[in-house]
Amino acid sequence: MNTVDLAASSVRELNSRLHGLSADTNERVWKVLNPKGAHAIAAGLMIPIEVEIDGHPGYYCAGMNKEATVIINGHCGNGVAENMMSGEVRIKGNASAAAGATGRGGLLVIEGDAGLRCGISMKGIDIVVGGSVGHMSAFMAQSGALVVCGDAGSSLGDSIYEARLYVQGKVDSLGSDCIEKEMTSHHVAKLDRLLKRSGIKADARKFKRYGSARRLYNFHVDNVDAY
Amino acid sequence: MCGIVGLFLKNPAMRPQLGQHLETMLIGMTERGPDSAGIAVYHRPVAEGRGKLTLFHPDTNFHWREIGGDLGEALKAEVDIEIKGNHAVLTIAASTDPVREWLKANHPEIRIMGYGRVMEVYKDMGLPADVAKRYDLAHMEGTHAIGHTRMATESAVTTEHSHPFTADDDMCLVHNGSLSNHNNLRKWLRKRGHEFETDNDSEVAARYFAQRLSEGASLEDALRAGLKDLDGFYTFTMSTRGGFAVLRDEIACKPAVLAETDDWVAMASEYRSIAALPGADNAKVWEPAPAVVYTWEVKEAA
Repeated sequence: MNTVDLAASSVRELNSRLHGLSADTNERVWKVLNPKGAHAIAAGLMIPIEVEIDGHPGYYCAGMNKEATVIINGHCGNGVAENMMSGEVRIKGNASAAAGATGRGGLLVIEGDAGLRCGISMKGIDIVVGGSVGHMSAFMAQSGALVVCGDAGSSLGDSIYEARLYVQGKVDSLGSDCIEKEMTSHHVAKLDRLLKRSGIKADARKFKRYGSARRLYNFHVDNVDAY
Repeated sequence: MCGIVGLFLKNPAMRPQLGQHLETMLIGMTERGPDSAGIAVYHRPVAEGRGKLTLFHPDTNFHWREIGGDLGEALKAEVDIEIKGNHAVLTIAASTDPVREWLKANHPEIRIMGYGRVMEVYKDMGLPADVAKRYDLAHMEGTHAIGHTRMATESAVTTEHSHPFTADDDMCLVHNGSLSNHNNLRKWLRKRGHEFETDNDSEVAARYFAQRLSEGASLEDALRAGLKDLDGFYTFTMSTRGGFAVLRDEIACKPAVLAETDDWVAMASEYRSIAALPGADNAKVWEPAPAVVYTWEVKEAA
């Protein structure tokens, strides 16, 4: 295992080393110490390595992640795993605003709470939150699943497209065009698989499902004439 | 963009290191605000009935002592002056009201940065590290302090546009964000006797809270009233002689992190300003929720 102490090395040095690894590298397990709120730690990883961060990283940690597994033993600043493509990012603490924003794939697990706008404009990523999420989560969410074991803040799923939202606790309010939908056995099975993958223990049957009512402009066939 | 920080010491044994810790926090926010920086430090209280003012004039060779002498003669009160770069700390055996009136009438070229019995305010252009060094922040002891680093986007990089803003005895505000109804509020406050020193929206917020406090509101109630009356984006950190408070607007697009241990409470725009505080690794760290007022009270004076 390689250990990089950010008290002695810059984030740029760390990221350069991680980006410089070849696909067949033997250096597959990395530990990062003293993140101390620094930005963009372990962003832009491209190969299936494992990076574990001890402490609280700052903004954009594990952004754009592809294939790698990033584990954060602490809380995370804004935009963790933003635009993630694949792989897995796991936060043992809480995440700040815009966790998993615009994510296209992979699995983001937040064992604690997520802040505001969790999963904003998500495009295929699966996000599982052990605690609660803040307001405007899944805003304009296009695809993928957002699972919230606790409560959701106001305006959940505003202007949502095809993403699926599962919330176990209470929802302060639903955003524009977001409605509660039937939780069929098909959805329970899908959610159960996702929960198992995330390692978060919860009973899939206790969740409610929310999604798009498909009433906004883009869903009206009449508007096709505009193009 | 801006960075704001605040540190409130619960453990009196840490008071000698207040300035040193605030300096680290301020420097941590350099990337969010490299143009100018400002601090308000609660330390060296003067006795009841006496006043302390922090004054500014851009000329580092300004004739402060002469002015101190004239002031002492005019008000028939003993005056002490301590010069720190382009700032001067004036203490006087009188309340600050007649001093401010006399300064305004006789030396309008002097800017009053802060006044009261405890608070000292320093703000200047340059990197946070340079500003902190210029006023020897590292050696300021005290109970609590707030700071601001500014990246100017909508008005000039000048000392008067720098935070903190003060609007009452020992009261100070730092703000990250922008208010959209500051013109109406300014009119409302002018009717209530407030005179504005800048066109800055954050000064409007400072005077708004001062107005509410002068009407008898508690720190918490004053901030709660602001939720209703202030329209715009904000993370505020406000300090008074006896308290320290944090508030974010309902949308909360401006960042804020709080951390607390048995020894201190810290507020910063980002965790990286808190990370170097002693015990930060094991502190309780959380994001202040939107539209929730957080306050702490000083148990005994500095």
